[in-house]
Formats: sequence, C-alpha cells, structure tokens
Amino acid sequence: MSDKVTLTIDGQQVTVPAGTTVLQAARMAGIEIPTLCHDPELTSPGACRLCVVEIEGMRNLPASCVTTAGDGMVVRTNSPDVIEARKTIIELLLANHPEDCLTCERTGQCRLQEYAYHYGVKGDTFHGERKQFPIDDSNPFIVRDMNKCIRCGKCVRVCEEVQGRSIYSFAYRGFDTIPATAMDTPLAESECVFCGSCVSVCPTGALTEKMMHGVGRSWELEKVKTTCPYCGVGCNFDLNVKDGKVVGVTSNAEAEVNGRALCVKGRFGYNFIHHPDRLTKPLIKKNGEFQEATWEEAINLVAEKFKEIKQEHGPDALAVFTSARCTNEENYLANKFARAVLGTNNIDHCARL
Amino acid sequence: MENLMTACCSECTHSPSQPCPDYIKCRTEGPICHDSEACRQKRQQLMDKVQVSPDKPHRRVLVCAGTGCISSGSRDVYNRMEAAVKEAGIDDCEVSITGCHGFCEQGPIVIIEPEGIFYGGVGADDVEEIVEKQLKNGEPVERLLYTEPTSGEKDKYYRDIMFYKKQERMVLKNCGHINPEKIDEYIITGGYRGLVKALTEYKPEEVIEEVKTSGLRGRGGGGFPTGLKWQFTAQAEGDQKYVVCNADEGDPGAFMDRSILEGNPHSVIEGMIIAGYAVGANEGYVYVRAEYPLAIKRLEIAIAQAEQYGILGDNIFDSGFSFKLRIKAGAGAFVCGEETALLNSIQGERGMPRVRPPFPANKGLWGKPTLLNNVETYANVPIIMEHGGRWYASRGTEKSKGTKVFALTGKVNNTGLAEVPMGITLREIIFDIGGGIKEGKQFKAVQIGGPSGGCLPAEKLDLPIDYDSLIDAGAMMGSGGLVVMDETTCMVDLARFFLTFTQNESCGKCTPCREGTKRMLEILTRITEGEGKEGDIETLERLAKSVKNTALCGLGQTAPNPILSTLRYFRDEYKAHIEKKWCPAGVCSALTVYKIDPDKCKGCTKCAKVCPVSAIKGEPKEVHEIDPEVCTKCGTCMENCKFEAIYKG
Ligand SMILES: Cc1cc2nc3c(=O)[nH]c(=O)nc-3n(C[C@H](O)[C@H](O)[C@H](O)COP(=O)(O)O)c2cc1C
Ligand code: SF4
Ligand code: SF4
Ligand code: SF4
Ligand code: FES
Repeated sequence: MSDKVTLTIDGQQVTVPAGTTVLQAARMAGIEIPTLCHDPELTSPGACRLCVVEIEGMRNLPASCVTTAGDGMVVRTNSPDVIEARKTIIELLLANHPEDCLTCERTGQCRLQEYAYHYGVKGDTFHGERKQFPIDDSNPFIVRDMNKCIRCGKCVRVCEEVQGRSIYSFAYRGFDTIPATAMDTPLAESECVFCGSCVSVCPTGALTEKMMHGVGRSWELEKVKTTCPYCGVGCNFDLNVKDGKVVGVTSNAEAEVNGRALCVKGRFGYNFIHHPDRLTKPLIKKNGEFQEATWEEAINLVAEKFKEIKQEHGPDALAVFTSARCTNEENYLANKFARAVLGTNNIDHCARL
Repeated sequence: MENLMTACCSECTHSPSQPCPDYIKCRTEGPICHDSEACRQKRQQLMDKVQVSPDKPHRRVLVCAGTGCISSGSRDVYNRMEAAVKEAGIDDCEVSITGCHGFCEQGPIVIIEPEGIFYGGVGADDVEEIVEKQLKNGEPVERLLYTEPTSGEKDKYYRDIMFYKKQERMVLKNCGHINPEKIDEYIITGGYRGLVKALTEYKPEEVIEEVKTSGLRGRGGGGFPTGLKWQFTAQAEGDQKYVVCNADEGDPGAFMDRSILEGNPHSVIEGMIIAGYAVGANEGYVYVRAEYPLAIKRLEIAIAQAEQYGILGDNIFDSGFSFKLRIKAGAGAFVCGEETALLNSIQGERGMPRVRPPFPANKGLWGKPTLLNNVETYANVPIIMEHGGRWYASRGTEKSKGTKVFALTGKVNNTGLAEVPMGITLREIIFDIGGGIKEGKQFKAVQIGGPSGGCLPAEKLDLPIDYDSLIDAGAMMGSGGLVVMDETTCMVDLARFFLTFTQNESCGKCTPCREGTKRMLEILTRITEGEGKEGDIETLERLAKSVKNTALCGLGQTAPNPILSTLRYFRDEYKAHIEKKWCPAGVCSALTVYKIDPDKCKGCTKCAKVCPVSAIKGEPKEVHEIDPEVCTKCGTCMENCKFEAIYKG
C-alpha cells in the first residue's frame, strides 16, 4: 500500500499521507471546512455534522472530520446540498439557543456565532421549544450555562482524554441530552479540579471563566504570552490585558510545554497581581510599625543584619529558602549567594506552591 | 437413558467429556459406537414421542407458552391439561409447552398432533372438554376451532388456516412444535446437523462460501449480504474476534426475534457457533432486550443444555474448535439496536453509535473484529448449512433470497407473525394471510419497516416485496414490521406518531437527529392541531432531506422516512390540513367538526341530553344542530345517536 493518496477537493488535486482525514486534507490545501465538535488534540466523534461534504460515490453527506481520504476521491466542500445541510444544522442549533449574543461573554470568539454569520443564518427559522436550564454558578471559577451548549462533547473528551478526570459524560437523551457531571450535580459538588481545560475548548458561551465576566470584550483584550510563575513546569499562557491591567488568563494553543492544559493556579490564580494587599514597596519596622522605605535602605539593612549574625554566631546560623516561583536563574543566584557570600550550605527550596 | 442426549447403556462411549464428530448421529441414528438392537429401539422410542405420526401410537398436546399466550392464560391451561390427561389415564400422550405460533391474538393456542388440530382461545375450563371429546373420542371441540374471517367457515386443521397457508415457514418451522426448553427435541427434529456438517466437512472459508452462495442478507434492517460480512470479519486481522447476535428488537410491534428465541433458541445458538467457526471467533454475545425476560430465560436454558452436552465449550465434536456464548441484557433504548451503539452498550458504555467506518467487522467489541448479525439471520444459517446454499438461493427473488418474517398488525383481520417467501406481494400478505381489512373497511396504506420505514398506498399492493423494491418505493424491509391502515387513519397523524417515537429515541449525539427530529415533530404536531402554515410542507421536506443526508447513524438517517413517504403518496392530506383546516380521515380532533345529517335526524333529543357542554340545540321531533363554537369534539353525541345521524367531517 502506498503511503500517499491523491484526491480532488473542489477541483484541486491534493496529495496527502495515507490515513489523513478529508478535513485535514482540505485544510492542507487551504480549503476551510467549518467544524464544531472536531478538535485536532481530541478524538473525533463526528457528532455536530457541520463538516459534511459531498464525496462522489458515497451515500448521503459524510462528515469530513471522520472520513479518511482515499485515492481518487472526488470531494466537494461547497456544493448546494452541502451548503444547505450546513445552514440547516446551524438553524437547528440556533433554534435551541438563547439569542443573547449582545451580552454573551463569548461574543466575538464564539464558533456558532462565526458560522451563523458566515452562512447568513438567522435564528428565526424554527419556533419551538427551547431547553431551559438553570445556570451552574456554584464555584468561583467556571460558569456553566447549558442553555448555550451545542452538545459538541469537547468538554467531555478533553476532561477524559487530556485531564484524565472524566467529570462529564452525556446524560439524558435526544433533545434533552446534555454533558453532565455524575448525577448531574453542580460542578462544585463534583470531583472537578477546576483546571479549566473544558472552558478552553468550549466553542460557545456554555463554559466561561467566571472572573472574566464583564471585564472586557475579546477584541479589547491584549494577549501577552508568558510563563506561569507558580511552579517549575513552565506552562505558557496568555495574560489578557486591558488598560495595562491583567484581567484574565487564557490558554495559548501554541504553548510548547503544556498546549492548552493548565492547572487551577495558572489559569485562575492571577488575582494577586493587582491585589491591594500585595507588597509593592519594601517596608521597614520602625517603632513597632511598618514604614515605607527605599530599596537601597532595605537592602542595606538586611545586609547589615546578615553580617551581624554571621559574626556573632557563624555562617551556619543562616539559611536560605527559595520560593517555588523562582526561576532556575534565580535559584542559581540564591545558591551562589548562600555558599559564596554567606558561606553556608544551608539552602533549600519549596517544591510546590 | 433419561433422554436422548444421555448414554443408552454402559457400552456407549459417547459423552461430552469425550468429544466425537459422531455424537449427534449416535444419538439420533445410533448407537454407532456399539451395536445393540435394544439401544436402537430405546432411542427410536424417544424420538417417536416427539416426531409423532398417524401410523404410530404417540400423540402430543402442545400448549403454547410464548409471551402472548402466557399473558392470555396458557400456563393454567397447561397445568390443567397435564393433570387431566394423567387423570383420564390416556397412554402415549405427552402434554408439552411450545414457543409462539405467531398468531397470538388467537391465544392461548393448543395443538393436537399428529392430527394437527388447532384450538384457539382455549381457557383452563375448556380443558376437560378437549380431553373428553378430542383425546378420548377423536371428536373435535367445534367451538374452539378457528373461524376464517372472510368465509366464516371453521378450520379444523392448522394446515387449512388461511393465515398459515401462504406462509413458508422455514425459520419458524419448529416454533410452536417443539419444546424450546429441551435440547433433544431440537436435535430430534434435525437440529445441530448443520453445525456437525460445518465442523466436520467444511473448512471455515467453505462455510463462508456456502453462506455467500445462499444469497442470505441481513434480516435486522439493512439487508447487507451476510456472507460478505462474514468474509470481512474472517479477513480482519486480530488476535481475538467476537460473534454478536442482535436481539434488541426495538421496532414497535415487531416480535419475530423474540418468538425465535422463545420458541427455538437452539437455532440461533447453532447459527452463531457456525458463524464463530467461519470467522475464527471463540466468543459470542447475545444482546437481548431486557424487556424479554422469557426469551432470556429460554436462551439461558438452551445455552446451559448445549454446554452440558458439549455443543458449546471446548473442542466441539472433537473438531478442535471451541466456542463460548454469553447473554447481555439490553439497556432499554431503541438506538441500542444500532450495531455500534450495541457494542458500546456491551462494553458498559452509553449506547451511542460510533462513526462507521471502521465497521465492526474490523473494529468491533473492545476494538476487536466482530461479526454482528440479527437473530433471524443466524436462525437461517443452520438451514443453509443443512440444505446447501444453492437450495436456499432457489427461493425468493433475484437479489433477495429465502424468506422473511413479518409482523403483521393494524387494521387487518389476522394479526401476527407471517414468514413468507421474498417476492410475495403486499396484497397476498394483507388480504390472504391477513384476511383483509377489519370490519370490511377500505385499505388505505401500509407502513413497512417500523418507524424508520415508509408508508405505501394501495397502488403498491401488487409490488413483489424484497429489499430493493421496498427501497425504490420509499419504504424499507427494516425488521419486518407491517402496520396496515384503513380509511380511518390520518396520514399526517401517522407521520407524527412515528416521529414521536424516533424523536424520543434519538440518542442526542448528532445535531441533525437530536434537533431535527424535534423540529419536524413540532411542525407535524402543529399541522395536526390545526396550526399548519403555508410553507410548512416545504420546511418539512427541506429538514427531512438534510436530516437524512447528514445524521450519523441509521436512526437519524431513516427517521424522516415516514414523513417523506406520506408526503410522496398523500400530499393532498397534508394540504387539506394546512389550507382547508380539515382532516379528511376525521382523526385530528382540532380539524374535524361534528355534524348532524338532517335526513337521518329524528329529533329524538338524545344527543342534546348527553352533550356535556350543551352544544346541541333542537326541538323534539325536529332536526337538531351542533354549535361548532361550543362543541369540544368529545364524540359523545355520535356514540349515543341511535340513528347514526351524527358524523365527523
Ligand atoms: C436505530 C437502529 C435500530 C436498530 N435496531 C435493530 C434491532 O433491534 N435488531 C437488529 O437486528 N438490527 C437492528 N438494527 C440494525 C443493526 O444496526 C445491524 O445492521 C443489524 O443488526 C445487522 O445484522 P444483519 O446484517 O443480520 O441484519 C438497527 C439499526 C438502527 C440504525
Ligand atoms: S475544569 Fe478540568 S477537571 Fe473540571 S470538568 Fe473541566 S476539564 Fe474536567
Ligand atoms: S459545554 Fe461547550 S464544550 Fe461542552 S458540549 Fe457544550 S458546547 Fe461543547
Ligand atoms: S442519528 Fe440520532 S441516534 Fe444516531 S447518532 Fe445521531 S442523534 Fe444519535
Ligand atoms: S466537526 Fe465533523 S462532525 Fe463535528
């Protein structure tokens, strides 16, 4: 068997490695196919059916994300039948979706909104029942609004396949189906560790970062890629900055070490940055009270005291303990400082924060 | 020797612990391991008790113990019968239970063999009379004989009943004639010969060839060529393979698979062992609906007996082939009958379909190559192995071979299971076997293939039915449901009914089915409630097309069929509902009005008195009138008018 296959997509010849899906092949050829449930890092359930295409000789319209490209295949990604089917699917999703894009946290980043716009679909084709779920606001980090869920199942899969927690699975059936925790309890009562991976993959406003509600529109936020200060793994993510202030953290899919995965601290533990209790200037206790001082004053005072202790009690009366938030370079310096400057081997590090 | 399967004397060397290719032959034609006339006679006697014939003294009173007859009271009949026969001191007469005859509306059914006398609606109180008249004096009990709905004549014999006359019972042959809880009855009537032949005379690939030659196609819905599926599974690479039987039988009204499992479970087991041998699988699962407790029980008994006699287990008949069989009770959803959802369900996961390909033949149960067939498909296999693929292929039409069991229901005189040769016409099934439409009404349409099937009108009555002709006509074989409708059925309401089912049963995985069936049902409901709008038909058609084209599994892909076929053949009825706000069949209560025929009304005032909302006005002896504004369409007046002056229109 040859390890390459050549197929025709929208009249264009494409040669791809055997085993490539039609969706990947199209993307390699620069042809965009809309997807909602597909995610390159997760298994493909072929559930949303938005990525359907027409393939000569095949019955119905196969989903391109789960159809393997075959040699000689003739694929059309934008025939009238395909466009009509996609429009119908979007219409059907909108028919069971609250029309509150105006205030929805995901506006501007929502895949459903994007495709509805692209295909010119309005939300008023079908007038029927809309599911009404209470919003799960039970925890400090994640807001779950199942009214906005399109049942793509990405949250289910990312939690199982990447995070390994399997907090969600689909519950109920048919029109009532939703991704739910065990026994359909609020997230706070589940075994969720609030890593927020599910939030990072949700294509709609069904799962959102609670602390980012109302702090700014996606297009107003500047994304600054940085390394997480919490532990030595070195995860990367984007600080979301507005008017010089960090207002949130979102995954950066390009992050080399961690991809979109983060832990609760990295993703949600950024409040300290602008916290009023945070120390930003050195303080020296004078007459029993802390008073602001300059760095020079403070460092001189500490150096003096170190010298005194060393003279009176010897260098081993001193010890250095570095923070888990120190980088390798900082730790190296601390090590030099302890051994070469203070003259002690008493140095340690707290492994976790 | 307590039964046929045990040793006849101390010289007999055949036992399950010493597997031997001649085991079945020894039990039925032998003994062959030693020669003894006495032993031969003993065996023959046991066989004669089951295979009764007029020139021998033995008789059998067979009391149906299928689910239908049990619920109409056959257990009491059996108990009374057994006691009464004993008490009357009738020799050479065995009272036995059987599986279903497929004619449950006549139940409880009692058959007297060898004569083949058929008694229906037998109660425990009728037992004494049967024993006295029939068994002692050979006179039939007239009042319990079956009356033909068309001619009004009574049939004494099973074979004369029109319901059975046009049937060709191959798969159902033994159902109703042997005791499903006794393996020896199956073997006496020819069972496990196909397995012996396959294991001793055929290589696995030759078995597959035979099944291919037979032209057998899957009886579970799709009609996929069975031999080809076996070949794919045999060719798939894998250290472990499985054979799975789909006994989920979710189509409302279908009960052929249940009847086979209850009435002749060994035929399915035999088919599955042969399949295992052919594809190279040593383990099998039967996935049975949990709502079929009796089928599960009979299957358990059958598996235990087959294991006891070495027909299941290690080194079957010393062939070197081993096979284990397990039962898995279903998870109670229609979609679990879909093959990949079924596999997920066996694995303990939510019954949601998987994307295909990969097909189960390559990646099935726990990712291993898996052969999955329907109950009726497996039950055909021993017949093919015994008589040969060529023989089997001589029955049926060019592309659909053999027989199919249909579950005939609705507005026909005879309802039940009918096994007919492929290529028979709908007219023959409905009017000959089914005895025509009830109460002399007009035939209107027939829904074939359950909720995923389509609705065919009178013009299609002479269509010879097989897999392909049905698809062309906009229906499908499905599992073989046939619901007959007369002039009083509203086609929009019918489509609504089936959509209610599919919408409820959608697993919710894919968008078109989860959301699309809901919207189609909402539109249909609106139309039947008199709220239909211009454009509804077009919206329905567009939705139906998209759902059919894009849904992930067969449930969604076929859910629009009832809508598309009723629109194809009965479009005017939809239009009448939407444009004229009128239900021609008088079913949709929002779209019918009760009227009084002035020529027939005698002014008796009865209707005015019974109307709960006082919608009827009129002086005594004068023509009455209904105020449509007040009328709630409860129908009480119509039921009460002695002169049939009130009608719906
Ligand atoms: C929604 C749905 C329900 C089904 N239910 C059944 C069923 O109850 N029994 C069955 O044998 N096949 C059922 N099928 C068909 C199976 O998926 C499968 O095609 C069949 O069991 C294969 O066996 P066969 O080739 O012997 O027909 C169903 C299919 C769908 C899409
Ligand atoms: S936050 Fe993390 S652990 Fe919790 S449900 Fe989402 S993915 Fe699973
Ligand atoms: S919550 Fe989001 S990720 Fe999960 S199924 Fe719904 S839309 Fe998809
Ligand atoms: S078609 Fe319906 S039943 Fe099948 S996978 Fe989709 S939602 Fe589930
Ligand atoms: S992206 Fe292919 S089915 Fe959802």
